[in-house]
Amino acid sequence: MEGNIADMGKFIGAGLATMGLGGAGIGVGLVVGNFLAGALRNPAAAAGQTATMFLGIAFAEALGIFSFLIALLLMFAV
Amino acid sequence: MAVSESGAPVIDPMHQFVVGPLFGGGPVGSFLTITNSTLWMFVSILAISALLIMGMRGRALVPTRTQSVAEILYTFIRSMVMDILGEDGKTYFPYIFTIFIFILFSNLLGMVPGSFTTTSHIAVTAILALAVFISVIAIGFMKHGAGFLKLFWVESAPLALRPVLALIEVISFFVRPLSHSIRLAGNMMAGHAVLKVFAGLLALLIYSGLGILAILPLGLMVAITALEFLVACVQAYIFAILTCIYLNDALHPSH
Repeated sequence: MEGNIADMGKFIGAGLATMGLGGAGIGVGLVVGNFLAGALRNPAAAAGQTATMFLGIAFAEALGIFSFLIALLLMFAV
Repeated sequence: MAVSESGAPVIDPMHQFVVGPLFGGGPVGSFLTITNSTLWMFVSILAISALLIMGMRGRALVPTRTQSVAEILYTFIRSMVMDILGEDGKTYFPYIFTIFIFILFSNLLGMVPGSFTTTSHIAVTAILALAVFISVIAIGFMKHGAGFLKLFWVESAPLALRPVLALIEVISFFVRPLSHSIRLAGNMMAGHAVLKVFAGLLALLIYSGLGILAILPLGLMVAITALEFLVACVQAYIFAILTCIYLNDALHPSH
């Protein structure tokens, strides 16, 4: 193993930044799980709300993608 | 797949995103240089034109397969625009349809092995998102004048809370182009990088003589490829539906 301490910090930081994706996973799971719970109670109303579900997924996922972006920035831009 | 000096395959997931000139080597000289990104944008425009023009040429009552694909895409986006924007939205349907179908075809053409995914670059998606952002501001002020600023002044909230909410609304309004563009680029880039990492793992296993173990990552790769096709379609849909919602703010700014 060779390299300098700055590279090590970069890799550790990028690794830590990916933990944000776990939060995105929790968020998307909550959105879809609650949608499904509601949809099974009232299947007739479910079809009209799929667009809302995708919106919720998109917003929850965007924050996870931000942490992925930070990891990329640390790896390739810093 | 790159190969190291000893002949072992090297996992290099980011190589697929390199933009380079199509003719002659070297770095990209000017913004007029024809790059692989330009080429694949042209391919997607040609594919869209082929589908929509050739498909609708017959105008048959009982549609052919190509015609029904074109019709399904058209009616799907049209009903989405009408649901969110209402009757005023008719004017903006061509714009939203153009954005949707360009992103859809760029994403799907990016799944062709050896091709280049134009939407995996923030430069491409940021232009699309900025166009939406600027047109929302322009349409909002053109339609409502200063009344557009009511978007930030939540009248249903108690008076003491309104300045705080206004600050939050302003921040969330200006973060929109950022999240709008990074969502698409990040999804495409992450998905393609994951595919390449698994492909590299496969090549490494076969190179080191453990080919029998390669079945597991191969199966996983097939599954991820299927997921990537789903993501390609869903992300185009999400970009279009967010465009609709942002335009809805410009058309009906009061809460």
